Amino acid sequence: MPHRTFFWFMFPSLLAMILFIALPIGSVMTQSLFVKHDQVTIVTENCGPFGCQEEVVVDVEATRALQEADPLGRFNGFGTYTDRNHLAFAEVSEAWNTTESWSEFGSFLMNLPFYRALAFTLSYTAIVTPFVIVLGLAIALGVNSLPRIVKGPTIFISLLPMIVTPLIGGLVLFWMVDADGILGAALQNIFDDPRLSVKASAPLTWLMLFIYGIWHSAPFAFVVFYAGLQTVPSETLEAAQIDGANRWQRIRYVTIPYMMPLVVFVILIQLMDNFRVFEPIVAFSAQANASSLSTFIYDDLRGDTALFGSAAATSMMTIVGVCILLSPVLLRTWRDFNRKRA
Amino acid sequence: MSFMKTIAAGTMATLLATASYADCGIESGSIRILSNDFGALHAMVEKARECETDSVTIEHNATTEHRDLQVAALTANPAEYTSAVVANSSIVPLMNEGLIRPLDDLVAKYGQDLQPQQLITIDGQVMAIAFMANAQHLYYRSDVLEQVGLDVPTTYEEVVAAAQAIRDAGIMENPFAMNTMTGWNLGEEFVNMYLGHGGQFFEPGTAQVSINNEQGVAALNMLKQLVDLSDPDFLTFDSNATAAEWESGNLALATMWGSRGGPILDDEGSTEEIVSSTVLTGAPTVGGGDTPASTLWWDGFTISANISDEDAEATFAALVHGLSPEMVAENNDLAVWLLDGFEPGPAAAGVAATAQSGARPYPMLPFMGLLHTALGNELSDFLQGNESAEQALSDVEAAYTAAAREQGFL
Repeated sequence: MPHRTFFWFMFPSLLAMILFIALPIGSVMTQSLFVKHDQVTIVTENCGPFGCQEEVVVDVEATRALQEADPLGRFNGFGTYTDRNHLAFAEVSEAWNTTESWSEFGSFLMNLPFYRALAFTLSYTAIVTPFVIVLGLAIALGVNSLPRIVKGPTIFISLLPMIVTPLIGGLVLFWMVDADGILGAALQNIFDDPRLSVKASAPLTWLMLFIYGIWHSAPFAFVVFYAGLQTVPSETLEAAQIDGANRWQRIRYVTIPYMMPLVVFVILIQLMDNFRVFEPIVAFSAQANASSLSTFIYDDLRGDTALFGSAAATSMMTIVGVCILLSPVLLRTWRDFNRKRA
Repeated sequence: MSFMKTIAAGTMATLLATASYADCGIESGSIRILSNDFGALHAMVEKARECETDSVTIEHNATTEHRDLQVAALTANPAEYTSAVVANSSIVPLMNEGLIRPLDDLVAKYGQDLQPQQLITIDGQVMAIAFMANAQHLYYRSDVLEQVGLDVPTTYEEVVAAAQAIRDAGIMENPFAMNTMTGWNLGEEFVNMYLGHGGQFFEPGTAQVSINNEQGVAALNMLKQLVDLSDPDFLTFDSNATAAEWESGNLALATMWGSRGGPILDDEGSTEEIVSSTVLTGAPTVGGGDTPASTLWWDGFTISANISDEDAEATFAALVHGLSPEMVAENNDLAVWLLDGFEPGPAAAGVAATAQSGARPYPMLPFMGLLHTALGNELSDFLQGNESAEQALSDVEAAYTAAAREQGFL
């Protein structure tokens, strides 16, 4: 295709990508480099139903004059990225110099909100992704070998976790593991400990969120793999069978290599999705024991005062995180692509 | 939704046309109200709807997410809502951005029936009209306390002792609860307990936080003793959860909002045995202090700055009509009204007692919200026994300081 034609062919998608992806990211990036102006405060007397008090209030006119002079705010460079609520460079380097063992340093790091969120996000991604792939493939292979008559209903039931809205699915499990719920009460009975609470214990909360994540995402992997299985050439499978390959060997040496591009696709999607884990933490009210980069952004933007700079900085770091996670898979695909061309 | 609203408004207008127009003194205007979602607010707005005519329309968005909407909605010009119903904490962001207008001229014109204590004046200007009070205070079950032979606790030390006695007697495993959900609720419990110990949040006149002190540690230790007597899921308990626990009979002592009193004492959602023995009383003191460990709250309405004077006037007049004595008479037990004609019943006893014994109002400082958020996020580690009180408080100070720097207060 001539370059000119290619350009006009691509132009609409390029335009949409610039408008809806590149520009917003650019604006978030800009936002993350600025913080609010100094607020001019004055002390006034405030009165209400409970009497009068001397209190500090913001001098709106003076502050507004500052804002109008410089609408973006104060330039702060990467100051927000490195402050205590994000990468905390000052605190981390001090801890590096003062702590004596790795575990002491680690527990110091886990006391900083950003690293705590990062630790959960990475663990969630690292554990949920492989389980989803393996489980999805297993379900797909299982369903594929079922007799035709039960296939439909089985597929429908296997897809249910994905059909249920994430927040609702999360709430269902939340009430089941409640101390008065069926799972929570059963656990208390089994371990004979009336103070045992899944929601109160950090390891159990993490485990519950991982299980929820796997339960919720496995159907997606299953659907993709099941569709892929329909295209595996039967001649090759039959040839392998004639060569004496058993069922496991046929899956290992024929089906899986054939499905590899699909596996890579599901890995990519899952890495991105899991890195942005959000709904289950909200649904389980698990913020005390688990926070992710997404809940971190959410907290910044809610409540009486929205911290836009802080939220923007965390968003940018989430994008960087996704890029780092995806780079090995993308590099590999790129190399395969080049090899094929050569 | 807006279609349904139109129909509702139309029906209402017809009904009123056949009955009689309430005389609100409004000729025309569009009234749009943003508020939290609880019974007392609905009662007020329903009454205000009597002012609707062909040329006066009222829309009401009642949502528990109102705090997250209000700044953006009122920044628009013209503003999405002509009035935001706020409390002492949520008025602050609107003040910080200059999004609400002074009401002195409207009060002079329409506010003859308002009580002087309803006027929220800031720097000499009326910025909001308060209409109800609220506070967290003690709820107890008189029958359970009788069983263990204890008097009504008046200090948190006695609350701990009573709850321990109830547990030891095998009556309830986790007899105590308060709103300790991570986030805003947990922050509020610390604020109450810290003020009960006589603490100051900031160095006077500055935005410099100072809570890592004796009172802060004492407040945290008291919270720890209390949550040890609560259900182990306490970090997920918000106001709805504690009220449900109370109504299902799992609790004998609880610190809950006064505004929950009406729904708990009504004849729905619980058994006769629980309701008849539920008593609301003032918030306990703590650590030998003499002010209750609680904060006083008011709810009131404001008028947006970015709207026409006509709409502002219509909104003010309609809402003042919504606060008329007939509304109070019809909904006496829904809230602790600060209005003419209110007769305090058993559901109001707790808030009244808390206010009378000198509890302090929640601080209306521009940077208090940032500290509240930091408290809500950083204290759960201590309550779960993962770190020391001093460490938790220094984490709060660090988180607050970083946020306040970004927000331009430091």
